[in-house]
Amino acid sequence: MTLLEFEDLRVTYTGSRGRIPAVRGVDLAVDAGEILGIAGESGCGKSTLAMAVLRLLPRSAEVTGRILLDGEDLLTMGWGRLRAVRWTGASIVFQGAMHSLNAVHRVGRQVAEPILVHGEASPAKAAARAEELLERVGLPPSRARSYPHELSGGQRQRVMIAMALACDPDLIIADEATTALDVMVQAQVLELLTGLVAERGVGMVMISHDLSVLSAVCGTAAVMYAGRIVERGPAHEVFAQARHPYSAALGAAFPVIGDPASRGRPGGLAGDPPDPARLPEGCSFRPRCAVAVERCGSESPELVAVQGAERSSACFVAQEGGPVVL
Amino acid sequence: MAEGVLSARGLRVEFGLPGGRVARAVDGVDLDVAPGEIVALAGESGCGKTTLARALLGLERPTGGSVSFGGEPLRFSSRALKAYRRRVQLVLQDPTGALNPRHTVYDAVAEGLRIHGIADDEPGRVAEALSRAGLRPPEQFFLAYPHELSGGQRQRVVIAGALVLEPDLLVADEPVASLDASVRGEILSLLLRFKEDAGLGALVITHDLGLAWSIADRIAIMYLGRVVEQGPVEEVLTAPRHPYTRALVSVLPDSPVAEPIVLAGELPDASRIPGGCRFRPRCPAYASGEAAAVRERCEGEDPVLAGPESLRVACHLVHARMVA
Ligand SMILES: Nc1ncnc2c1ncn2[C@@H]1O[C@H](COP(=O)(O)OP(=O)(O)OP(=O)(O)O)[C@@H](O)[C@H]1O
Ligand SMILES: Nc1ncnc2c1ncn2[C@@H]1O[C@H](COP(=O)(O)OP(=O)(O)O)[C@@H](O)[C@H]1O
Ligand code: SF4
Ligand code: SF4
Ligand SMILES: [Mg+2]
Ligand SMILES: [Mg+2]
Repeated sequence: MTLLEFEDLRVTYTGSRGRIPAVRGVDLAVDAGEILGIAGESGCGKSTLAMAVLRLLPRSAEVTGRILLDGEDLLTMGWGRLRAVRWTGASIVFQGAMHSLNAVHRVGRQVAEPILVHGEASPAKAAARAEELLERVGLPPSRARSYPHELSGGQRQRVMIAMALACDPDLIIADEATTALDVMVQAQVLELLTGLVAERGVGMVMISHDLSVLSAVCGTAAVMYAGRIVERGPAHEVFAQARHPYSAALGAAFPVIGDPASRGRPGGLAGDPPDPARLPEGCSFRPRCAVAVERCGSESPELVAVQGAERSSACFVAQEGGPVVL
Repeated sequence: MAEGVLSARGLRVEFGLPGGRVARAVDGVDLDVAPGEIVALAGESGCGKTTLARALLGLERPTGGSVSFGGEPLRFSSRALKAYRRRVQLVLQDPTGALNPRHTVYDAVAEGLRIHGIADDEPGRVAEALSRAGLRPPEQFFLAYPHELSGGQRQRVVIAGALVLEPDLLVADEPVASLDASVRGEILSLLLRFKEDAGLGALVITHDLGLAWSIADRIAIMYLGRVVEQGPVEEVLTAPRHPYTRALVSVLPDSPVAEPIVLAGELPDASRIPGGCRFRPRCPAYASGEAAAVRERCEGEDPVLAGPESLRVACHLVHARMVA
């Protein structure tokens, strides 16, 4: 069952640099019980997409298209309804969220707060529920009495996840939620998140610049570049056999240990993503693309099916069945 | 000791904490880095990597053991340290914090030259260092401020600042942790090129084992202040022996270890290092009974690094198997 659906979502910021089209027409869907991964370098529009879901974008952002949660358009719903949806319908664990805990309050109180506000529970019930949630994310319930500075980065990130779970949301958006954590803590947090999806059938959007992590935990992966989805498909296939030169380069940046081909050859991709205020003509990836052909300079490729209905790519070369790496 | 080798022997760094407790951040480390080799030092957050790096640079006074360079023990007079830091340079974690926002790129790179009183041809040296770090043409970057640069360019400026003194060895603390997928590859290629073209040695500190696989010759795995496994990257990462290394490798995507072993709990506090083997409270081999034959030793005795050069491991179970 489709839980979340983006239909031709566009977000344009207006600032000192003029109009910045940060998201330029995204169509994506997430089912209940499914994890959708979104990968891409910084600045390609991932967080903008995430924030659009809960209407957390600044006023200067112009948003068009539709974002349907259980069939209801989040972009047009009234503020009262939106407030309820923000905790019980969908919640976000942000990039660097562990730094955003309030330093002067005990973490138990911070986890209990949304329950008090949205769940109509008594303070005692909310506190008990907060302890239960902390336990669920692998922290001893006694941690409820700790202040944020007494916790490690990994523990703080778990507190943030406990908060996101407080009102039993149907959808969780994790924006680089494990990026700053080390391997073992990252593995613990990922295990926790995937467990929630499997047990409780929540839907999840997991955003990361590390395609190898997404391939390990997500069913479907979408790769974003310059505000558009440039490739979509089963996550492990997008990582292992990319059908877009950008996904291939992104995947190569994180080597498979044991693979002799990546030994002594750090993968990478020269150059920076384009400034969204000054996108190149034709395919926006062309200035960094090693396999570009003539039409790439003048025409912009659409995301279309390649190799069956599950895979799609916005690359002329891939669409004609050509190799996307040299 | 061979020319230009940086060595730690039994190195300890302790910090006094309020209440009289002592944090043993580095707790008996043996490590060598030779010119022309890249050694990765990997381990969980808080295991003591940065403290070890600082001690190797003489920025932290060891409470035990020694650091030596080319066979000469490190001396802590300010003159001796100054001369030493010309040859061994530190590249810091987080390029944003390492640069002064009010200094231009030129001043940031020239700072080292000025500290060391190298006045001849300053612009030439700065330009050379910037272009070696991949910022070309260098003159275009002279007057830029850090906020005008991308994260990758900032990290290159920091590296140029280290290279300008033409050191023999770099100690780089998480050089790519805050960088994007693409830039990461560029910076790692840069380190690899310095090694191959100029014979530079480097100790690269990271919690990212993929980085070690990409560029390092040898790897040392650190746990709670101590190196628990050390050897050539190919061997340690494809056939890890220490139960901790096995767990770390197992949770990587497409891991050579079949079943993921997600360790419970977190790294204990450096002021509460468990008795016996320091890894025992989290050790899957101990908990499952796999280590039953050496159980008492796990409980009573902290294992030391032992074995031939290619498989130095600090674990009673591995030692027992090596003998068998
Ligand atoms: N000045 C200090 N005073 C007290 N304890 C300290 C001090 N510096 C470090 N420690 C402690 O020593 C241990 C090692 O810290 P260190 O910064 O070396 O870790 P690290 O391995 O570099 O971690 P990360 O991967 O997060 O950078 C930690 O327990 C830390 O809290
Ligand atoms: N509040 C804002 N005002 C103007 N531009 C913004 C704002 N937030 C983000 N942007 C721009 O939008 C683009 C996408 O940013 P973001 O969604 O944060 O990307 P990502 O999460 O993929 O790193 C970038 O070019 C960024 O500079
Ligand atoms: S459409 Fe052309 S420029 Fe764009 S990714 Fe494909 S080959 Fe490269
Ligand atoms: S010595 Fe014992 S407790 Fe320590 S790592 Fe080896 S098996 Fe585990
Ligand atoms: Mg972001
Ligand atoms: Mg550190």
